[in-house]
Parts: sequence; C-alpha cells; structure tokens
Amino acid sequence: MGVRTPSRVSIQTEDFDLSTEVARLRANEKGVGAVCGFVGTVRDRNDGQSVSTMELEHYPGMTEKAIEDMIDEAFRRFDILGARVIHRVGLLQPLDQIVLVAVTSAHRGESFQACEFLMDYLKTQAPFWKKEQTPEGARWVDARVSDDAALAKWGIRSNNA
Amino acid sequence: MKIQLRYFASIREAIGTGSEATDTASATLGALRDELIARGGAHAEALARGRAVRVSLNQTMADESTALSEGAEVAFFPPVTGG
Repeated sequence: MGVRTPSRVSIQTEDFDLSTEVARLRANEKGVGAVCGFVGTVRDRNDGQSVSTMELEHYPGMTEKAIEDMIDEAFRRFDILGARVIHRVGLLQPLDQIVLVAVTSAHRGESFQACEFLMDYLKTQAPFWKKEQTPEGARWVDARVSDDAALAKWGIRSNNA
Repeated sequence: MKIQLRYFASIREAIGTGSEATDTASATLGALRDELIARGGAHAEALARGRAVRVSLNQTMADESTALSEGAEVAFFPPVTGG
C-alpha cells in the first residue's frame, strides 16, 4: 500500500512545492492517469477578525502516525496508486501554504474522492492546533462542527468539535 | 503505576508545562482526568468538566473509557484545528 512512495508524510517548517511533489508521486508510475492535489493556505481574516500571523503546534510522533493511518485507510477505501501529505508547523503568515494533499490513481474519480477524504480526516483527527495573532491579541482557533459533519459523510463519526 | 503526561495548545499554556511524569492508581483516562482536576489550581481549570478536552493514549486518539496501563503516554489537548 503506497510503498513505492519514498515518504508519504512530512511535518515541516519549510514551504513545499506542488509541482515537485506531484512529479515525485508520478515518477515512473505509468499506470497513473489522474493526479488530484489540494493546497490549504493562510487567510488574513477568520471569524470576523484580521489575522497577522498564525502559529501551528503539533504532537510530534502522534501527528505522523495519525496521518499514516489515514493514508492506509484511503488506500483501503479507494483504488489509488500514491498519496502524499505535507503539513507545515511553526509561524506562518497570510498567503503562506499550510497543507498539501496529493493523490494519484488510474482514473480521476478515485483521486478526487481520496483527496477530499484525506483532508476531511486530517481536519478532525490529526493533532494540530492553530493560534492566531489578531489586533485584540492571540487566540486559539476553535474547532468547527462542520468539519465533523464533513467526516461523517464518509461514514466516520467524529466528535472533535 | 507510572505514566507520562503530555499537554498541548491551550491546555499546555494553562498548566504551564508540556509534559510531566506522574504516579496514578486511576484505571481509565476519565478517572485520570478527575484525579488531575482534584489537584486543583491550573490542572483543575485546564481540564475542568464542561471544557472540550480530547485525550490520546500512546499517541492514538482515545476516549475517557480507555484503560490505562503501566508506562503509558497520555495526552490531554483541545479539539484539533489543523489543515
């Protein structure tokens, strides 16, 4: 399951490049006919307040394990050929990239679905926490019930928020 | 039994440390949370009942009915907000 991908999960402070990651996923994979990529980025507003910086904390060890497990689950559910997840941590600013999910498959449907599944899973099951700097001071971002609902459509119950 | 405690995000800030070793007789993660609340002070406030607190055992998401074991690593943290 995905063993041909050298590294499936990276948690890093550095930025990433979508084209480079997609090229790695596709390298010598002649059965790949579809690539679906999602990139999450930092917005300058959240819940009605302007955001100047965002700090991301994670649980080293558990975060990687949670994402590896969710990729295994994606391979069980969908006929995909490869998957790559990169999540940045540390101090980020509006316009910065935060997260990448890229999936390859023979046909587009499986890639689209697996990519959305992985993001929905990550939002409520991977231990990351965002702290925003606003004009009124720093605040921890609240979890959203809508993210639990997004995972529920895949038949997985989550009560994160 | 001896266990390792980890705290993250707002709970880490409220308690003032990211980890501590402790000795407990609690059988479950819920009982352990109550034991920490009973210490009073920052622990009581950070882990108070009614607050959204999530828990993991040995780096896997768990719930309060999960059984504790010797040498376990237990983490308490708020709802996750990655992505």
